[in-house]
Amino acid sequence: MKGGSKSKVPVSIWCGHQLLEVLQCISSSWTGPDLSVLAVRCYPTLPPRYLQVPGHFWGMALALTLRSNRSQTCSIPLTINTKSITPEKQRGKYAALSIAAMVIVVGLPLWWKTTETYRASLPYSQISELDTLQLQLTMEVDVIFTKGTLTAEQQNKVPMSQTQENYYKMNDKTGLRYRYEMKYRTATVMEDSALRMESVQEADVSLSQLNESPSGSLVIYVIPETSGLLPDGINVYMGIYRTAILRTSLHKEAKMEELLSVIGPKILRIIQTVTFTNNDIKASMSDRVPTGKFTKESLADSMRAFKSSYEITFSLLNPDPKSHDLHWDIEEAVDKYIQPFLDKLSGVANFSVDSQILYYAILGVTPRYDKTISSYTLSAESLPHVINPVEARLGSNAASSNPVLNFLLYVPDYPHCPLYIKDQNGATVQSNAFHSPRWGGIMVYNVNEKYLDNNRFPVQVNIDTVRVMEVFLAQLRLLLGVQLAYVPDDFLMESPANQGLTDWELDRFLWLRTLENIATATTTLTSLAQLLDEIGNIVIYDKIASQVYNAVISVQAAIAELEAGNLGFAFQSSKEAILASEKAFFDPSLLHLLYFPDDQKFAIYIPLFLPMSVPILLSLLKIAKEFRERRNMAKKKD
Amino acid sequence: MHHELEKLFGYMSEFDQLPACMTDVLHIVLMLADDMACNHRNPKPATVFSHKNMELNVYGDDVEVDYRGYEVTVENFLRVLTGRLPASTPRSKRLLSDDRSNILIYMTGHGGNGFLKFQDSEEITNVELADAFEQMWQKRRYNELLFIIDTCQGASMYERFYSPNIMALASSQVGEDSLSHQPDLAIGVHLMDRYTFYLLEFLEDIHPASQSNMNDLFKVCPKSQCVSTPGHRTDLFQRNPNSVLITDFFGSVRKVEITMSTMKLNPNNTERTEM
Repeated sequence: MKGGSKSKVPVSIWCGHQLLEVLQCISSSWTGPDLSVLAVRCYPTLPPRYLQVPGHFWGMALALTLRSNRSQTCSIPLTINTKSITPEKQRGKYAALSIAAMVIVVGLPLWWKTTETYRASLPYSQISELDTLQLQLTMEVDVIFTKGTLTAEQQNKVPMSQTQENYYKMNDKTGLRYRYEMKYRTATVMEDSALRMESVQEADVSLSQLNESPSGSLVIYVIPETSGLLPDGINVYMGIYRTAILRTSLHKEAKMEELLSVIGPKILRIIQTVTFTNNDIKASMSDRVPTGKFTKESLADSMRAFKSSYEITFSLLNPDPKSHDLHWDIEEAVDKYIQPFLDKLSGVANFSVDSQILYYAILGVTPRYDKTISSYTLSAESLPHVINPVEARLGSNAASSNPVLNFLLYVPDYPHCPLYIKDQNGATVQSNAFHSPRWGGIMVYNVNEKYLDNNRFPVQVNIDTVRVMEVFLAQLRLLLGVQLAYVPDDFLMESPANQGLTDWELDRFLWLRTLENIATATTTLTSLAQLLDEIGNIVIYDKIASQVYNAVISVQAAIAELEAGNLGFAFQSSKEAILASEKAFFDPSLLHLLYFPDDQKFAIYIPLFLPMSVPILLSLLKIAKEFRERRNMAKKKD
Repeated sequence: MHHELEKLFGYMSEFDQLPACMTDVLHIVLMLADDMACNHRNPKPATVFSHKNMELNVYGDDVEVDYRGYEVTVENFLRVLTGRLPASTPRSKRLLSDDRSNILIYMTGHGGNGFLKFQDSEEITNVELADAFEQMWQKRRYNELLFIIDTCQGASMYERFYSPNIMALASSQVGEDSLSHQPDLAIGVHLMDRYTFYLLEFLEDIHPASQSNMNDLFKVCPKSQCVSTPGHRTDLFQRNPNSVLITDFFGSVRKVEITMSTMKLNPNNTERTEM
C-alpha cells in the first residue's frame, strides 16, 4: 500500500485481541516481503470523530513505522461496546447489585431484630404521673356533746356536719390534704348513762360497745368542766378503742359557730395527737425527700423501716450455768402477752416467733463496780459495744431474709451480780433494759433475791416472765413504730394492758404505714422506670412488666381509698403495691448485660462484617461510577 | 469485730488474688477467688501469714468465705451489691443493708485503667461499679459507703462515681503500679501488697472507742513507703472527712437507746379479748 492510507479495523473487544488486530493491521499494509516493522507506537487516544461509533468510547491508535521509511498508521479503535457487553459482565453487575440489596433490605433488619433485647412494655407515662403525689386523707370524726355542755338554744343547731381541710406541702412533688369530716350531735340517753359510770375505764368500755366506729375514724365525747370523770389536770382521756373524752368549758351565751371555733382547735389537737402530725408524715414519707442532709432523726423515725414479715426471737443468755439454773416459761408468756399484740397486727405483717437459750454467752463489755449502790454497772457509753459480740452467737433462720428482732434476756454471772444499767446522767435505769433501732432489745435480769443459801449451787431460778414481757412488749412496740413518741401533759392515754395495742394506735400505725408504702412504692417505680430507660440492654420479661402494672394499679387504688376514707382497704392496696414494686425492682433477671464500651463493640463486629462488606461496597462504588460516567457521556453527546 | 476485718484485709491481699469484701459494719460478705490456705502448695495448710516471721495468721477461725472459687464473678458481685439475688440465696450471702447501714467495700487484685480483673477471664469496669452504686443509692441500700481498692492504677476505679455519700481510697494513681510488700522465699510468692500491709498496721492501733478520723486514714502509706501515690476522693461525701470516725466504718458500734417506758401487764387476766 502506498501513502498513508489508513485502514481501520474496528474492534469491539477488550484487551486479549489487540495483538491479533495489530497483526491484521500490519498484514493489511504489507507491501513487500522486505518490509519489517521497526517500531510500534501506541497512542492512547480517541479516534477522530468520523471514526467514532456510538457506543464506543475510547480507542487506541497504533502507529506502525515500517522499515522503509514509510510509516503506516493503523488506527485501531479499541473500544468497549456497552451495547453488546458480554453476558458475563452483565451477570456480575446484577449479582453485585442483588447481593447489596439483600444485605440492606433483609440482612440489616434481621441483625437489628436478633440483637435486640426483649423488653415488655411498661406504663412509663403512668409511672411518671406518680412522681407527683397529691394525696387526700379523709377522716371521719364524730363529736358528741353530752348532757350539760350545751344550752337548749345551742342544742337546736345540732346535729350538723362540717368539713375542715388543711393542706400540707411537703415538697414540690408531694402535697397532702387532710380532710376532717366532723359530725356534731348530742349524746343519747345510753351514752349519757355510760358516762356516769364509776371509772373512766368502765365508761370507755361501755361507750365503745354503743358505737361501732370503723377503722380510721374517731369519736370524741365532750363532757362539761364540772364532770369528775377525769382526774385533775387531765383534760383529754384516750381509751383503748377509738373513743376520746374531752373535758372543756363551753360558753353558754355563745352562738353555735363561735362555740365550734373555740372547740375546733382542741378537737384538732386531739386528732393530731392520736393520729399523726405533719412531722410524723414527713418522717414516714421520707423516701420521697430528695437526697438531703441526714439530720438527727427523732425517736419515732429511727425505729421505722417496716417490712412485711418479721422474725421475733427471744433469747435467754446464761453466762454462768454453774451458778444459775434458769427456767423460763417462754411459750406461755408469748402466748399470753405477745401473741395478742401480734394477732392485732396480723393484717399488717406476718410474724414468726421463736426462742432459745444460750449458755456461756458473755457480754463484750466488762461491768464496773459502783460502791455507792454496791453493785456492778454498765455505763451508757459502753452499751453500743455490747451487742456485736453477742450477735455472732445468736443465729438466725438461714433460709429467709426477713428482718429479725432479737430480744435478749441476760442474767449476769454470779461474780457480777447484781448488774444495773446507767443512763447518760448516771442514774440507774428502772427497766434495766436498752434497745437498738431495727435490731431488738436487751434486758438485764438480776436474781439477787435468791441468794439465800450460798453454798448450794446452781441456784434454781424461775424467771418472772411478766416482769420481762412488760419490758419486751414495750421495746417491741417502739421497734415497730407503734408507740407514740410524745404525749402532751394533759392527756391520759389508757394502756392497752394485755391486748398489747389499742385500736387508735393500730389506726395510727395504718395511716403512717400506708403513706410510707405509697411513698416507697412510687419512688421504687420511678427509679425502676428511670433505670430501665437509661440502660437499654436490660431484658424486661413479661412477669416483671405485670408486676409493674400491678404495682401501679395498687398505688392508684390506695390513693383513691385514702381519699374515700377507707383506711383498711387503703392499707391493703398499699401493701400490695409495695410488695409488687419491690418484687419487680429486685428481680434477679434485671441485671443489665455487662457494660459494652463502644470500642469493644467495634472490635466484635469488625471481623464479622468487614470482610463481607468490603467487596460489596467496592462493587457498588464501581457500578455507580460507571453509571455516572455513562451519564456524563450521554450528556456530552447531546 | 474489726479485728476480723483486719485479718480479712491481710488475707485478701495475699497472692494477688481477686477478692472483694463488703461489710455493713456488722455483717461481712467475703468473696475469694482462690483459696490459698488450702492450696496443695501451701507448706502450712489452713494458714496464711501476713509477714515472713509468721506472727499473724490471718486465716483464723472466724474467717468465713461466702463466695469462693468460681462463684466469684462480676455478675455475682453486682448481684450482691444491688440485691438482685435469686430467692434461694441464704442470708450469709446477701448484703442485708438498709438506709441506715454504713458499707465498706474493699477490693484487691490485678487491675488497670478503669477495670479490675476477675478470675483471669472477665473484668469489672469503673462504669459498671458506678452504676451499681447508683442503683444502691436509688434503693436506699446504704447511708454512707467507703470504697478501698488496692490494685494498679486504682484511682481510675473511683473516677466515675456519681452517687452521693461515697468516699473512696486507692493505693495508686492512674499510670502507677501498686507494688507488693515482701516476698517469702519459702513459698516463692509475695505475701501482701504494700498498701494493705500499712493499712493493716494502721488499723491494729484502732480500738472501738478510738477518735481517729478519715484524714488519718488518708495519710496511710505515703509515697516513701508505698512507692505509688495513694489517692482518695471525698467530693461526693456530705460530711467533712475529719468528722468521720474510722469506727463509723471499721467499728462495730450500734446506736442504742435506753428503754424508759414499760407496759403494764396483768398476769391474772387470762381471757383473750375478742378482736
